[in-house]
Amino acid sequence: MLFLAGCGGDAWNDPYSERDAGANVLYSSFDERPKHLDPVQSYAENEARFTQQVYEPLLQYHYLKRPYELVPLTAVEVPKPRAIDGGKFTVYEIHIRPGIRYQPHPAFLAENYSLSRETINRLRSPYELPTGTRELDADDYIYQIKRLAHPRLHSPIGVFMGEYIVGLTEYAQRLKKLNSNGWIDLRQYPLEGVERVDAHTFRVKLKGSYPQFVYWLAMPFFAPVPWEAEKFFAQPGMAEKNFTLDWWPVGTGPYMLTENNPNSRMVLERNPNFRGEPYPSEGEPADAAAGLLADAGKTMPFIDRVIYSREKESIPYWNKFLQGYYDTSAIGSDQFDQAVRVSIEGDTTLTPEMENKGIRLSTALTTSTLYLGFNWDDRVVGGSSERARKLRQAISIAFDVEEQIAIFANGSGIAAQGPICPEIFGYREGKEGINPLVYDWVNGKPRRKSIDAARKLLAEAGYPGGRDAKTGQPLVLYLDTVTRGPGDKAAMDWYRRQFEKLSLQLEIRATDWNRFQEKTRTGATQLFRLGWNADYPDPENFLFLLYGPQSRVKSQGENAANYVNAEYDALFEKMKELPSGAERQRVIDRMVEIVRRDAPWIWGTHPKDYSLVHSWVSNDKPNNMARNRIKYLKVDPAKRAAMREQWNHPIWWPLGLILVLLVLSAVPAVRGYRRRERMAARPT
Amino acid sequence: MLAYIVRRVLYAVPILIGVNLITFALFFVVNSPDDMARMQLGTKRVTPEAIEKWKAERGYDKPLLWNSAAEGVGKATRTIFFEKSVRLFALDFGAAEDNRDIAFEIRARMWPSLALALPVFLVGLAVNITFAMFMAFFRATYLDFWGVVLCVAMMSVSTLFYIIGGQFVISKLWHLVPISGYDAGFDAAKFLILPTVIGVIAGIGSGSRWYRTLFLEEMSRDYVRTARAKGLAEATVLFKHVLKNAMIPILTGVVVVIPLLFLGSLLSESFFGIPGLGSYTIDAIQAQDFAVVRAMVFIGSVLYIAGLLLTDLSYTLVDPRVRLE
Repeated sequence: MLFLAGCGGDAWNDPYSERDAGANVLYSSFDERPKHLDPVQSYAENEARFTQQVYEPLLQYHYLKRPYELVPLTAVEVPKPRAIDGGKFTVYEIHIRPGIRYQPHPAFLAENYSLSRETINRLRSPYELPTGTRELDADDYIYQIKRLAHPRLHSPIGVFMGEYIVGLTEYAQRLKKLNSNGWIDLRQYPLEGVERVDAHTFRVKLKGSYPQFVYWLAMPFFAPVPWEAEKFFAQPGMAEKNFTLDWWPVGTGPYMLTENNPNSRMVLERNPNFRGEPYPSEGEPADAAAGLLADAGKTMPFIDRVIYSREKESIPYWNKFLQGYYDTSAIGSDQFDQAVRVSIEGDTTLTPEMENKGIRLSTALTTSTLYLGFNWDDRVVGGSSERARKLRQAISIAFDVEEQIAIFANGSGIAAQGPICPEIFGYREGKEGINPLVYDWVNGKPRRKSIDAARKLLAEAGYPGGRDAKTGQPLVLYLDTVTRGPGDKAAMDWYRRQFEKLSLQLEIRATDWNRFQEKTRTGATQLFRLGWNADYPDPENFLFLLYGPQSRVKSQGENAANYVNAEYDALFEKMKELPSGAERQRVIDRMVEIVRRDAPWIWGTHPKDYSLVHSWVSNDKPNNMARNRIKYLKVDPAKRAAMREQWNHPIWWPLGLILVLLVLSAVPAVRGYRRRERMAARPT
Repeated sequence: MLAYIVRRVLYAVPILIGVNLITFALFFVVNSPDDMARMQLGTKRVTPEAIEKWKAERGYDKPLLWNSAAEGVGKATRTIFFEKSVRLFALDFGAAEDNRDIAFEIRARMWPSLALALPVFLVGLAVNITFAMFMAFFRATYLDFWGVVLCVAMMSVSTLFYIIGGQFVISKLWHLVPISGYDAGFDAAKFLILPTVIGVIAGIGSGSRWYRTLFLEEMSRDYVRTARAKGLAEATVLFKHVLKNAMIPILTGVVVVIPLLFLGSLLSESFFGIPGLGSYTIDAIQAQDFAVVRAMVFIGSVLYIAGLLLTDLSYTLVDPRVRLE
């Protein structure tokens, strides 16, 4: 304790270095090690929090506006598609802003290309070497597009993009034939589908039309990668020190990763070469009142450093947030009751404990959907027969999603009415947006149909009272699901009760994720639980989950229900080509109507994200699409320091009490010892 | 003695092969190479071609244990088991599935593990022996009785309870130390106080009871009776004679765990955010990273064998009657 007292500062429990006290730093955490920070491979949320602060794709999402809107980042404008050869190909001509410079990095100095092993072995960070920079060039984007086909990089979208970018598939085969284990200088191998026009302009040529391509241009897969970085990290001895592009990103963004210890701590620091970017001056109507436009036009980023500490367990993470050592926090199910109160009407407010600390609650609907799927290939629940359709519709009515949200999600979510999420084009609000096969519109809100309506449908399907009308046998259905342990038992019991409402028996086949995936791939499921998190805010990214050619069994696609409907598939082909407008909305309405009638899913939940923000953080607005949020955030370090001090006064008297108790407890021992020493004979 | 050591090292080879085989079998009963590929490539837009490519690149496209398509020795050597195992014996651990060098990670992470495990081990040993001697000294009195009751009570409580309770009381309520985290060098000390205290307290129940039993057994021997008959003070009997003679069974349990201290603690490291090898192993199991799991099990086996050997050698130091031949 004396040691701690000597550490200085009033808060002994401060986990951060005294050097950072009062600094313009954002404190955050991560629970899982990122697997990849190379933009050609990285596809996970927990990696995007790092990569998207460093790498700059051509486009980004407007931070404040909703529905989500693409705006230029390094591009001059959002590129428009141009059809050529009678629509056989589409060309995107992209202009990038001049004068954008890379972060300081040793890769930009030629003297660092021939380092000895001894030099590399001595390095603890690449930034110990002299650094240089250069201007962003159109070639860097082209280089990255070529990397999608690199045989050793395993880009998750490489094969997918090969279907669209002209020549990418052939390019991958060509690179594979090189059979090289070292650095492949992709500049030496031209790719047909990308063309450099000048230093700040390039073109991408696609097969046919793919209007959703612009959304991909906002992802790190299309961020620039300088060839120098690959050459630098390809030196012998670099990989043994974990100095790879996969772990040390090199970008043009507002931050650079200067400390990379995925086991414990990752640190982003302001990129001194960053050009600066104005904070948005437009947003939603409520944004001005919420103070989100107070910094309009000011140059970003506002924060100098971001320190991410690894926190694998939720209890220490939560307590550190309450002590003021993390600036924001998600709310786990264990902490929900401590943080949030849900009224009978479903309104959420903070508990007095949180309010007293000045914490703000931030909620946002995620662009995700959680559903219960019926395997279309299953002979009982699948297929387009009237019997199976009515059976699925009956179960959809009986399965009370609202109750599920209330019990198992603390009310954090809304019942889905179809495959499309709110805030995505094509989603309809209000009466016209409800699923009329499951809900009635009563008193200005949707009300689930009665269980009698479900029973009637079940009887029409040939299962009156939950029994097969022909054989008299009870209908037993099987749900395949991944369980996380005994905690899921209550949820599974609840699932059974939903089916029991119709006198149906539900057998739960709990399994691990690997086996579950295998079952969906081979079609060995009947009902299953799954979800989808949108890649981009376009209805195509949801509706394709029910597109026939995406069938999981037939093509290993994302249509896990293996749903097939010729009209739906034809409309999907049409819809994805249309610009968002009245005609597209009409097509989407019809598609949604088809799938509601066929009911290949029980439309489950669109979850809500709840997060807590300390009073010293400003400009925080949830954005499910923009992962480059750090540059918008602002902290008040003086206020934070004052609050931390107030909340973390060390209480030392219990230590004194423990010491006194120990001394007192030693008294009978000492007396006993003396008595024994004085005894003439010892007990045996 | 040298011949003994060489013989024991040679005995270790088949043991390590066996351990490796069992690890391999257990891992691939639960995970297939396809599962591993999917875990690494993610769940979105993963095509069968991408999976095949990933497997081929890492050598997981071969049969697990027997390659009937190969010729001669190749039937056994051109398999996942052989190719992944043989390098371990040269201590070449290769790269993890996320491309990070395993040897680099082990070198970096063993120090935080040691920084926690060593003080817990040393302080725990001192506390346990002291408390056990205290109970032995006051044997058959109410102090001994309540000491044993306390030990049984402490043994009955889960380590997790100590961790969560300790974090709650010492860090959350009293604000005396950081609740979790780690830093390099001397800055690590403030993060290690709490897990060390908790680690020591959590071990007192079982450790003290075990040592008390050892001491009581020694105290019933003739030489102790003789020492007392000579009129030696009880403290002298205990510290000079009983403790010395109880060292052999104590060494049995203590020396064998010394090498394993490098492997760290799975639970404490996770809860206290200490980036050690225990936490590395847990991460690897969760990520289905066979390369890391295999390497950690192999190192664990080597260290355990080393611990057993050290135990045998230490016998010769504390007991002149023991000779290694």
